Amino acid sequence: MKMKTSRVVILMIIAVILAAYILFPFFLVVLNSFKTQSAIVSNPISAAGASVQQFLSNASSVINNKNFVFWHAFGSSALVTIISLFLLAVFGGMAAWVICRNKAKWSTVIYMVFISSMIIPFQVVMLPLIATFREVGKFVGLGMNGTLPGLIFAYCGFGGAMTVFILTGFIKGIPYELEEAAAIDGCSPEGTFFRIIFPLLKPTIVTVTILNGMWIWNDYLLPSILLGQNNPNKTLPVAVQAFVGSFVKSWDLILTAALLAMIPMIVIFLIAQKHIMDGMVQGAIK
Amino acid sequence: MNENTAGKKALSLVLLVLGVVLLALALWMDFTKTYIVIDMGVKVALRGLFLVLGALLILAGMYFFPTVMHHRTIINILFLFPLLFTFAVTVIIPMCVGIFYSFTDWNGVAYSKVVGFENYSAMFKDPAFMWSLLITVLFVIVNMVMVNLVAFLLALLCTTKLKGVGFFRAAYFLPNLIGGIVLGYIWQFIFSNVLTSIMNSPHSALASTNTAFIAIIVVYIWQYAGYIMLIYINGLATVPKDVLEAAQIDGADAMKTLFQIKIPMIAATFTICTFLTLTSAFKQFDVNLALTNGVGTVRGFMGQRLSNGTQMIALNIYNTAFARDQFGYAQAKAILFFIILACVSLVQVRISNKREVEM
Repeated sequence: MKMKTSRVVILMIIAVILAAYILFPFFLVVLNSFKTQSAIVSNPISAAGASVQQFLSNASSVINNKNFVFWHAFGSSALVTIISLFLLAVFGGMAAWVICRNKAKWSTVIYMVFISSMIIPFQVVMLPLIATFREVGKFVGLGMNGTLPGLIFAYCGFGGAMTVFILTGFIKGIPYELEEAAAIDGCSPEGTFFRIIFPLLKPTIVTVTILNGMWIWNDYLLPSILLGQNNPNKTLPVAVQAFVGSFVKSWDLILTAALLAMIPMIVIFLIAQKHIMDGMVQGAIK
Repeated sequence: MNENTAGKKALSLVLLVLGVVLLALALWMDFTKTYIVIDMGVKVALRGLFLVLGALLILAGMYFFPTVMHHRTIINILFLFPLLFTFAVTVIIPMCVGIFYSFTDWNGVAYSKVVGFENYSAMFKDPAFMWSLLITVLFVIVNMVMVNLVAFLLALLCTTKLKGVGFFRAAYFLPNLIGGIVLGYIWQFIFSNVLTSIMNSPHSALASTNTAFIAIIVVYIWQYAGYIMLIYINGLATVPKDVLEAAQIDGADAMKTLFQIKIPMIAATFTICTFLTLTSAFKQFDVNLALTNGVGTVRGFMGQRLSNGTQMIALNIYNTAFARDQFGYAQAKAILFFIILACVSLVQVRISNKREVEM
């Protein structure tokens, strides 16, 4: 079907206007982080007073701010996200495989508990979670509240249900004969999983990792209540919140902080755009 | 082969015994309140170290246990253990404990008495909470309609044969990548500085309750529509080409094709998208916190003047606990929130399924 030229032009104009509208806030952030506070207040949409030196000065005062500590927060966020994603992929795959390959009552029950837990909003478990972590931490003698291992532990618990749900759907489609053949050749069950099933799971693991990664990297509430605003190991979203709280209406620094906090995600998006967009859709329709 | 089995057996037994001894030692230290802290870069309590090490050794001992018959069962347990353990500690136990705490005067650390349904009856007499509930429902309804409408139109635009469609898709999706806290502050800047400067008005949209509420909706649509758009694009791509061609040959125009073929054929996608927008709008917290922090005056609601005009239910629960220290009351609100969310999602899925079958 050939569209009329006039229609194409109109659609193109609409698309461009929409893109401009949607990208405008990003443009403003970039523009204004190159300016001083007084230049921003006098005219937030003109480039007057914008200079690279000013950006460097803004950035250095943001990075060295004791409430923000950009590199430290970035490191915490990266560490928590990467370790949680790795553990979720491995443990999730293991659990999903056991649930899928055992047609017994207990596996169905575990699966149903996982699925129904997905509807629980975080607010319901938020307050007792702190108490539970405190008690468990006290008993074990290792701190759970206020530490990154505790946070990673919590992400494994909260992300587990969705990970198992998506991976189970995929493992069901892998022919069982493959595992029988491996067993006949003398492969142990754990060997079968790690040498045959896990490598086959790769595309689904990518989907799960993207979904969990977007959530964990941007999550504010869980790290803010587990770590607290003044924790030296706070993650990026918590650091942004703590920083803004300390600099009421100092927009030059706030916008620079926002820009610095956005850059990692945007860089990853530019590299793996197709994977991320596909992953988000696949995760939603399953 | 035999030697191998014997070696394995010995190894397994040694590991199991060591594990049990360590666990027992840890428990003994717990009972006798022996508290030794060793410094290995980070301070680690010896008791905790023993406990964790003991548990790991027992798991390893189980793995090496030389049995052919029960090996599969052992593997099943070992494979399920990590995820089930974290899941139980972070979701199941807090959920059960939380239901209990909602009936007490819990203050976050301890409770002094069980108050029965007092927390639950109190919230229905609390104008601030009822207001939060009301605007959350309003927010959810408006968002469900608007996000889906905008996203569907964007999807239609992005499935035409425009040049650079890939770029537009990525651009529309971009806001979804950024966390709500950062977005909230960016938009706070736009509403209170940029728009006032462009329109030359001294009043920020965030200053009055009604416009601030609309502002939250605008930001939310901006953030979420791109994601829902991707799902619609995916749905539209599943409409078979030959059906569209047949419709064209039969003389259906673009509108007719849209309403009588495309929309009915992607009914399942509509279900998914309504479900997603519904649940995520209900749980909205980050943007609410960063954009308005719930502030806003309401002159008269249930005979009271309120100052939490734009506070959604999630933020209300958060503030009840952390700003006012009423943990038991906040927990009761959270349980009600859960019940509402569960009912609404169930009803929504029910209705959509029924409609899909009819179509």
